[in-house]
Amino acid sequence: MLKIENLTARIGEGDEAKSIINGLTLEVPAGEVHAVMGPNGAGKSTLAYVLTGRDGYEVDGGSATLSGEDLLNMDPEERAAKGVFLSFQYPVEIPGVPVMTFVRAAMNAQRKARGEEEISAPDFIKKAREVGEKLKIDAEMLKRPVNVGFSGGEKKRLEIFQMMMLEPRFAILDETDSGLDIDALKTVSDGVNALRSPGRGMLVITHYQRLLDHIRPDKVHVFAKGRVVKSGGPELAEQLEREGYDGILGEPV
Amino acid sequence: MADDVKVKEGIDKGTVAAAKALQSENYSAGFKTDIETEYAPKGLNEDVIAFISDKKGEPQWMLDWRLKAFERWKTMTEPGWAKVQYEKIGYQDLYYYAAPKQGAKYESIDDVPQEILDTYEKLGIPLREAEVLLGVEGASETAAEARGGATSSKVAVDAVFDSVSVATTFRKELEKAGVIFMSISEAIREHPELVKKYLGSVVPQSDNFFATLNSAVFSDGTFVYVPEGVRCPMELSTYFRMNAENTGQFERTLIVADKGSYVSYLEGCTAPMRDENQLHAAVVELVALEDAEIKYSTVQNWWPGDENGKGGIYNFVTKRGDCRGARSKISWTQVETGSAVTWKYPSCILRGDDSSGEFYSIAVTNGRQMADTGTKMIHLGKRTRSRIISKGISAGRSDNTYRGLVSVHKKAEKARNFTQCDSLLIGGDCGAHTVPYVENRRADAQLEHEATTTKLSDDQLFYARQRGLDEEAAVALLVNGFVRDVMQHLPMEFAVEAQKLLEVSLEGSVG
Repeated sequence: MLKIENLTARIGEGDEAKSIINGLTLEVPAGEVHAVMGPNGAGKSTLAYVLTGRDGYEVDGGSATLSGEDLLNMDPEERAAKGVFLSFQYPVEIPGVPVMTFVRAAMNAQRKARGEEEISAPDFIKKAREVGEKLKIDAEMLKRPVNVGFSGGEKKRLEIFQMMMLEPRFAILDETDSGLDIDALKTVSDGVNALRSPGRGMLVITHYQRLLDHIRPDKVHVFAKGRVVKSGGPELAEQLEREGYDGILGEPV
Repeated sequence: MADDVKVKEGIDKGTVAAAKALQSENYSAGFKTDIETEYAPKGLNEDVIAFISDKKGEPQWMLDWRLKAFERWKTMTEPGWAKVQYEKIGYQDLYYYAAPKQGAKYESIDDVPQEILDTYEKLGIPLREAEVLLGVEGASETAAEARGGATSSKVAVDAVFDSVSVATTFRKELEKAGVIFMSISEAIREHPELVKKYLGSVVPQSDNFFATLNSAVFSDGTFVYVPEGVRCPMELSTYFRMNAENTGQFERTLIVADKGSYVSYLEGCTAPMRDENQLHAAVVELVALEDAEIKYSTVQNWWPGDENGKGGIYNFVTKRGDCRGARSKISWTQVETGSAVTWKYPSCILRGDDSSGEFYSIAVTNGRQMADTGTKMIHLGKRTRSRIISKGISAGRSDNTYRGLVSVHKKAEKARNFTQCDSLLIGGDCGAHTVPYVENRRADAQLEHEATTTKLSDDQLFYARQRGLDEEAAVALLVNGFVRDVMQHLPMEFAVEAQKLLEVSLEGSVG
């Protein structure tokens, strides 16, 4: 599924350039959920942006492929159409554009890019209602402009709503747990878990163990200075929680 | 009837194709129709004015009115206070009258030259006219489907092709309601008493340089009279087209809504591509008597010039509404995407007690376009209310200025105004300017003003692209969000067209 090999990436150009990802290698097979943990500045969010093609994040070497297709040369929207989804750490406000309009436009743009039929309005509304119920999002909220006036928790739930509507092949969740209270964390996790399937991979970026109590990862990778320094099973996350990054890495970071 | 159906299908296919072409080309409205034109001699003098008046078969009083305006105009100088720059206009190098050679009116569709129909087709506007020009019931439904399920409500069109109206329909139904809807030239002949009474009563001959010029040379335009207590049974619409090289267009529109009546009027414009600048100096006068309401909507997409701003239309228009009677209401809604230079302030004189004025505007500038537009709300009567919502979008190297005046006079007790001016910048080379003037002579007036300027952010663009929208679709979506509260004041079928226009206007504005 997702295969990252010896990836090197930086932010900015020339003297301003700052190397963030340094020879990263990581593989998430189809059907698996992997967690990426690490201290601030380890390059977790940068990885999310590099994989989704954000401007200003330059790749200097290595590769990233999804089911064998080179992601790094595609525009962001092409990657989205290929099934790459990012749940943003800081979801963006879009004034005047209702959630339903936005998600439908996104869904149809992806379908069009894949040569598929557009979703009909009744089908779309039905699906939105079903997904909304699962995430405890009421219909009123879906009529409001995207993220405008939403609480931190509502914004994160809306990210998961979009993920469940778009049904990506590969989802990257960037600190989806931040800003969520316990109940919302459970709701969101249930949504994520419902999407787990043999054909789909996920990369869950988080600081804390608590999200992983709900979304049980197949593997945990510890990030530091732009690469994976340790990989293991779910127990690695628990160890991190007990001992801190210093303990795992054996040195202050 | 079989022939009619054939024509209908031809038009519908053509319009669907035209609509598609609109998406792929920056300015697909840029073409020229080949029709023989009968010109007035170049330049402007008493003889040319007499020629125009004679061509239109006008009575002496009308010619006198024109000549009086011309005398006045000769003493005036072109104003220069707007934040726009353009090459000096050589008023003696323009033609002031051009009419399609075949002459005036067409009784039926068969009489309208094919070139004219083709022009409409290419623009993608006959989606609406199909019904009108063909008078086939099914045509409107097909047209409505083609434009994405917009309702097939009735629209009457008075088509101004260059300077002479070539097709006016739905007359009978309007006549039944007592509504007069005709070209102003006809109205001068058929309803002189109404024209005499109201022409120049809102925008006086001496109002400003361009309005005075218009008064002297106006070629044609629309006249609407809605009698007392009548709710106009359909939306009225005129398309202005400029089609003869070097012909200034001087439209004159006069709409009178008598006591307790209601009318909604749509004005839409596109123009063929050309090399030399075209001056357009229209005058629109609205009169609303007691309890009457006029809703005036404009979608303007004139040729903005090439990428260096060369060759586009100069749009210097005087639009003013007079809420003459108590509790009357005038509402202006405009979507301005075209022209090289736009200079206009649709305004309301709130004379009647408890009258209200509204101004909803979307002004888009791209490339090297310049727009200085806004409104004036003149509060004269008691408890008069006004509302201004202006959305300016600047892209490319363009300049977009909102200039507005809210004036509360001594007797306008408890007048209220709400003004909101939002500007959106796309890219780093454009400008947005807000110049609100307020003159208040009342302590009990309630005046609110809000203004914001935002830049289309990379965060928003990336967010939308990550979800699968390409850059242009993302910009269109974000812009549509920005203008949403103005868009919803447009009649349904117009809103669909306007939305498309916005997208076309902003193509290539990012990246």
